[in-house]
Amino acid sequence: MQITAENLSCERGGRTVFSNQNFSLGSGEFLQLTGPNGSGKSSLLRLLACLSEPSLGKITLANGAPELTLGQQAHYIAHSDASKSALSVNENLIFWRDFLGGGDLTRALDSVNLSPLADYPVALLSAGQKRRLALARLALVSRAIWLLDEPSVGLDEASQKLLVALMSEHFKAGGLIIAATHVPLGVKPHKNLHLGGQA
Amino acid sequence: MKLLGALLRRDLILAARQGGGVGTALGFFLTVLVLLPIGIGPDQITLQRLAPGILWITLLLSVLLSADRIFQQDFEDGSLEVMAMAPASLELVALTKAFAHWLSTSLPLSIAAPFLGVLLNLRTEIIWPLTLSMIQGSLALSLLASIGASLTLNLRRGGLLISILVLPLYVPVLVFGMSATTGNPEVIMPSLLILSAIALASLVLAPIAAAAALRAYLK
Repeated sequence: MQITAENLSCERGGRTVFSNQNFSLGSGEFLQLTGPNGSGKSSLLRLLACLSEPSLGKITLANGAPELTLGQQAHYIAHSDASKSALSVNENLIFWRDFLGGGDLTRALDSVNLSPLADYPVALLSAGQKRRLALARLALVSRAIWLLDEPSVGLDEASQKLLVALMSEHFKAGGLIIAATHVPLGVKPHKNLHLGGQA
Repeated sequence: MKLLGALLRRDLILAARQGGGVGTALGFFLTVLVLLPIGIGPDQITLQRLAPGILWITLLLSVLLSADRIFQQDFEDGSLEVMAMAPASLELVALTKAFAHWLSTSLPLSIAAPFLGVLLNLRTEIIWPLTLSMIQGSLALSLLASIGASLTLNLRRGGLLISILVLPLYVPVLVFGMSATTGNPEVIMPSLLILSAIALASLVLAPIAAAAALRAYLK
């Protein structure tokens, strides 16, 4: 599997966020996006998730599932946690499992150390615990491409190690990760793309 | 299909747990029905003549009252983005969510409304035509409300704007809903059939419109 971005430009609200970005990423590789606030890291991830379209350039996926879009083969962990506070941890994950196409619930809970809180309502979780619940989607449903937007925000040291373990396992399985971050995630990136530096 | 079933189940559970679904709408309905006879006066013949119209208009307003719940929370907490990346089209997601709104709010209301009409001295022989027309009409109401809800996605308290956007679309439902309750047997059947046609057309067209609006907001 290979993602190639050629000459990529992004415009939001009439402002060019970034332009002429090129990169390519193969199986088992990790691309780290860095850059100051507003430099377009999240916008780039949304382009890759097929939630928005580039103003110029194109993104191609080679050797993926031909009938699915890039977004449908990717996990996108945004700043919002996509969990419902009226449901329990388990119910949230069961919904995403059934909605996104099946997976192992126990393994997902264990991978982010949420098993003891499985029947707890999400409304009572702390910010870091909610973040872990969002990350549990990665382990729950198997998708080759992970798009992570500052995944370590709010996580304590032990949870960051869990994230590193999740990511390492994903590389071993031949997955791709593109992550925007301001702090090192604890996994050495194969490639680095620095955005920003333009007005 | 399993995927949409999961979404439907989740939305129904959420509607039941968070309140603001059928409970609030039914409460609103009851309040209006209790207050109106006091406001209009106790003349039974006037009430009887106004009853079907009052019931229909209260149903429209109650459905609109909860319409902003269809998409807004999922948009705010990021669930909608994840749903847009699922192997189901956004049209089917929009259809399922509007259907969940119908099951959790509009359908119970339209079943209860004709019987609450007793408070307005509703003629007993139009209870059944009214129930049938409301069940079909309410499906169209929920689907049309989903268009309004998707268009006002990023507005907090967008409820009023939804009403302004959607009420014109509700006029045909109201017209044929009312003509089904005239008590004239020659008019009842055609009116019910036209209401079915409106409901079926909304079933096809509303999800397409709602999904287009959702896509525009997600960009």
